[in-house]
Amino acid sequence: MTKYTFTEKKDTRSGFGVGLHELGKQNENVVGLCADLTGSLKMDAFKKDFPDRFFQVGIAEANMMGLAAGMTIGGKIPFTGTFANFSTGRVYDQIRQSIAYSGKNVKICASHAGVTLGEDGATHQILEDIGMMKMLPGMTVIVPCDYNQTRLATLALGKHVGPAYLRFGRPSWPIFTAPDRPFTIGKADKMIEGKDVTIFACGHLVWNAIEAEEKLAAQGISAEVINIHTIKPLDVEAILESVQKTKCAVTCEEHQINGGLGDAVAQVLVRHSPMPLEMVAVNDSFGESGTPTALLKKYGLGPDNIIEAVKKVIQRKK
Amino acid sequence: MPNQPDLVHLKKLATQIRRDIVRMVHACQSGHPGGSLGCTDFFVALYFHFLKHDPKFNMNGVGEDLFFLSNGHISPVWYATLARSGYFDTKELATFRQINSRLQGHPATHEHLPGVRIASGSLGQGLSAAIGAAQVKKLNKDSQTVFVLMGDGEQQEGQIWEASMYAAHNKIDNLIATIDYNGQQIDGPVDKILSLMDLKAKWEAFGWIVNEFDGNKIEEVISGIEKAKSQTGKGKPVMNLMRTVMGFGVDYMMGSHKWHGVAPNDEELKKALAQLEETIGDY
Repeated sequence: MTKYTFTEKKDTRSGFGVGLHELGKQNENVVGLCADLTGSLKMDAFKKDFPDRFFQVGIAEANMMGLAAGMTIGGKIPFTGTFANFSTGRVYDQIRQSIAYSGKNVKICASHAGVTLGEDGATHQILEDIGMMKMLPGMTVIVPCDYNQTRLATLALGKHVGPAYLRFGRPSWPIFTAPDRPFTIGKADKMIEGKDVTIFACGHLVWNAIEAEEKLAAQGISAEVINIHTIKPLDVEAILESVQKTKCAVTCEEHQINGGLGDAVAQVLVRHSPMPLEMVAVNDSFGESGTPTALLKKYGLGPDNIIEAVKKVIQRKK
Repeated sequence: MPNQPDLVHLKKLATQIRRDIVRMVHACQSGHPGGSLGCTDFFVALYFHFLKHDPKFNMNGVGEDLFFLSNGHISPVWYATLARSGYFDTKELATFRQINSRLQGHPATHEHLPGVRIASGSLGQGLSAAIGAAQVKKLNKDSQTVFVLMGDGEQQEGQIWEASMYAAHNKIDNLIATIDYNGQQIDGPVDKILSLMDLKAKWEAFGWIVNEFDGNKIEEVISGIEKAKSQTGKGKPVMNLMRTVMGFGVDYMMGSHKWHGVAPNDEELKKALAQLEETIGDY
């Protein structure tokens, strides 16, 4: 059976920073824009080595989205960087009209998403961004699980054409995927085979799902863990294939229960193959200040919450 | 770009495009004739005298001047200008705002209408896009100019001022912005809704070169844009405050916010067309 361990922890935003820097070397059309958070977004290396292709826009995110849209005209591939809250909610209409509806090849790169942002509190802990972005026609939405995968996702976006949203985070987090693990936009990544339940997870919570699986295995429950790093386009085939076998599922995400991965998977099940589903997500509430670990626990997103959801959904099968 | 403008021809074009505008909004009984009529002379001067552009249309527009319309609701004048410039058949103007048309109520790229590079309609966004495109022209060592038109009511949007600061700070001097300064917005005169106060002083304080001219005298529009072009490349973005009369060319529409977004009925259409001679030929 596949087992995942880690020897190092790193923040996913650093995976983005490294990936963007590599892209800068690979493709001179890649440009970076940042709204006064260069250090937080780990865009320093790109800024240093490609000063002509780095644009500091100040605390003006609406303008940043419009600039990025305009920069595609003439062939550039703009990567915008700011916190997830300011990358989505603050500039939703700019993204909707100037980027999504206009079909512009802009990559919206967003850090500090979810409660694991920690101490800054609810004003910055956006939990609605996946929903907002996945509702936009033509928008690709990617939520990678660790440092290595965030780097790979960033590199993949350099070759992808069309508007995209890349969501990552602030905390130091286990690096449990290999740096050369295959990553394809829109293709779900089966982490662990199982037969009693499928756990679909994205972002930081993929690790929590893996921890939960180990404890479940010790209790004789065989869980399949699938990393849905691309929320849109969703890998419907992989989802259906897994649940045909396990006959029930749990979704895990650092997002509101409304509008995120859980909603997306529920739609697939209801339309194609109705079966029991439980959702581990924030239950219609804002976050608050605290450590990432304390917040994950309080808001019901820890491994124990996943275990509880798994047991509940397996009961519902009977 | 021709050196000497053919004023007679440009005036004929302006009259014909005004006819197009009135007929387009009448046909679908919706749309925005007021600002469209007010800006007709500007569009004619820009597209038929100044712009280096290719009606075969390439999205990236490398080696071409680019135009962005931020106040997308005046799409009728833009569509008529694009059609009369050869971007698409003038017959397509008859599909304006109809189902399955490329001529959406507000300009869009989604339907691949030649000439449109970004969607607009939700106000305040066009200046940012134009600045981005202008910055890329610099990166690409492309010496052509980027033009953008905005409304005066649109100046109430906060994003405009973010973009304004950015352009001056970054010395975007291959950009010529123009404000359709007609003093009207949907709910009434701009001064009564939310006054812009001293708009010239504001843009100057934000670090722009600011010009003023009359947007309904084609000679003045031409000399105004010529002056603005001579001011490019000097380390500052350029702004034209262009005084226009909303509804210009149709007496009963002139100067009133009531015709911002209302279509004429059959009787009113007849009255309007009687004032606008068919010069080039109706679509």
